[in-house]
Amino acid sequence: MSISPFSRRSFLATSALGAATLAMPSVLRAQGAGVKLGILHPVSGALSYSGTQGRLGAMLAIEELNAAGGIKGLGKIDAVLGDALSTPEGGNAEVEKMNAAGVAAIVGGYASAICLAVSQAAARYDLPYVVDVGVADSIVTRGLKNTFRFGPGFGAIAKGAIENLAAINDGAGKPAKTVMIVHEDSLFGAGLAKLLNTELPGRGFQILETIAHPTPTRDFNNVVLKIKAQNPDLVIPANYYNEYVLLARTMQQQKVRPKGIYSVLGGAASSYKFVKEFPDAAKYIMDCNHWFDPKNPKALELKKKVEDKGQFYTYEVYMNYSAVLLAADAIARAGTADRPKVIEALASSTFAGHVMPYGPTKFVNGQNEGAAPCNTQVLDNDIKVVLPEKFAQTKPVFPMPA
Amino acid sequence: MLSPVILITAILNGLLTGAVYALVALGLTLIYGVLHIINFAHGALLSAAMFAAFFSFTLLRLDPYLAVFVVTPAFFLLGYLLQRFVIGPTSRGDDRNMLLVTLGLSVVIENVLLYSFRADTRTIDVPYAFETLDLGFTFLPIPRLIGFGVVFLVALALWALMRFTDVGKAIRAVAKEKLGAQLSGIDVAHVYAMTFGLGTACVAIAACLLMPSYYVNPTVGNAFVLIAFTIVVLGGMGSVPGALIGGFVIGVVESLSGLFLGESLGQIGIFLIFIAVLLVRPTGLFGAKS
Repeated sequence: MSISPFSRRSFLATSALGAATLAMPSVLRAQGAGVKLGILHPVSGALSYSGTQGRLGAMLAIEELNAAGGIKGLGKIDAVLGDALSTPEGGNAEVEKMNAAGVAAIVGGYASAICLAVSQAAARYDLPYVVDVGVADSIVTRGLKNTFRFGPGFGAIAKGAIENLAAINDGAGKPAKTVMIVHEDSLFGAGLAKLLNTELPGRGFQILETIAHPTPTRDFNNVVLKIKAQNPDLVIPANYYNEYVLLARTMQQQKVRPKGIYSVLGGAASSYKFVKEFPDAAKYIMDCNHWFDPKNPKALELKKKVEDKGQFYTYEVYMNYSAVLLAADAIARAGTADRPKVIEALASSTFAGHVMPYGPTKFVNGQNEGAAPCNTQVLDNDIKVVLPEKFAQTKPVFPMPA
Repeated sequence: MLSPVILITAILNGLLTGAVYALVALGLTLIYGVLHIINFAHGALLSAAMFAAFFSFTLLRLDPYLAVFVVTPAFFLLGYLLQRFVIGPTSRGDDRNMLLVTLGLSVVIENVLLYSFRADTRTIDVPYAFETLDLGFTFLPIPRLIGFGVVFLVALALWALMRFTDVGKAIRAVAKEKLGAQLSGIDVAHVYAMTFGLGTACVAIAACLLMPSYYVNPTVGNAFVLIAFTIVVLGGMGSVPGALIGGFVIGVVESLSGLFLGESLGQIGIFLIFIAVLLVRPTGLFGAKS
């Protein structure tokens, strides 16, 4: 007979200790008094890269504000950091903790599913919530008074993407007539593909095929095989970074070179990382995505700061940076951390000190009306804004030179 | 609309993808099939090995195909030590404990990777990454062809090891009758650790073969492991030829069902075949009848 070194009592004691450790709040508090601001991102789990980048942007904004003395009359900003664990439930749990910690507002969320949950949880406490990225239109259409989205929603992005694509094609003498869409099969990709399928035929494009794929997809050879067989003028990918990398690499390998590659929300032309790592595959790719105002010196200053830290200047960074500045501005104008007053100040915000090409903020039912995506293109190993004209650094090169 | 060219190319693609599946499954079939350890850490170890290959390239400028000679022994040792000093002692020979310990290990490994390297997706740029073999009707990527060849070499080596060496005989003896093996003087703990080490070494080879054409992040291994479990059961627990053939079958089935049913439903084909085989041959294609 073997004698277990664990007695029932010691087992109970150990597991109780374990449970207590698990139950300990994971909300980390930065030192100092002043105004508490909840910074909520999925910094672990599947979305952790984006979440970490978002937190970086938010913390850079807080650092800057605190270096200048914090919020006038209220003191320094005390960041209450939360990890949404890449799940809506994780986001909810953090809202509870942040509410208990007495934050004046919450900024972040990143993924649509998390933003949907967080906005609702925060609404129960009348807690002001500034959405950083989450594009699902329903985030701001449920009539929640506490929720404000700084960036554009899905509908606005899709509309902009289609209009700009038509403009680019018309400007070049309509070289592209046939299109193939390659999209990931969740809400984001499938929703976009559906919109493109409805809108593009009316703009003179013939859609040859729409190919859905799961995330993750391990191999894109079959997809590229189909593209090669149908030889479309234009390929429109709508997928996440990893799949995008594999798709672009496989297209290069199989020597498939359409007249244009035009991504919507995520592609080479909105990723400095991709351009740096695959300069050849990235060349001339166009993208419609969140992008900073390239003519704003503050945006370029932030870019340098982020790159000096050895990080890529991704949209999560500058959108969160801007969203925190926006929230801080509202708290400053409210003159108090009192939540209803902060909500009021956000609703009437005309904040222009951000780094996005949106103009001064103007919230209508919680959506920043000026928010719009930019069209970018990979040119000379760099990413240039080509549309809208007001922010454009250069003209689009389309079709891609052979 | 479907031309024979597309069909043939899709089958070739399936074979090339299947080669990598087979390699991951070879490691698993040793651990899972022979020792009956449901190794949930297999995917995390694959991710770790891919990071090792990645950093060998970026820090030491070691090509992944050369890094194989460094990463593989290192991971053999890692696997050996893990089984000998972590999984073995903590699970006390109980299958359920092993399952939980390997699950715990996978969580720990993934989070250590996440903490150390962030969730960033990384790739390496080797000069031959975009080299292809022109067949006239399609291009076959050279890195994947190399992978295809190496898988056969590894399978042959493993088969020979299991068949002709003392270690192989000991592994088979322990798998068949643990107590009997122990009574005839075989150090069971050592054999367990050797097997786990060999399985982990296979994962390391797979990692080095994948790196030139794939990406790495802390959770990348998971994409391959469910498939590998399927292959092990399909091919027959512990059967080296089973893992090899199973890998190719699954690769081709996935490719063809992706082609006919759409990429999103590609996995359905795999599991239909899997269920069919289990119904007709519960021991798998090459599994011995117990």
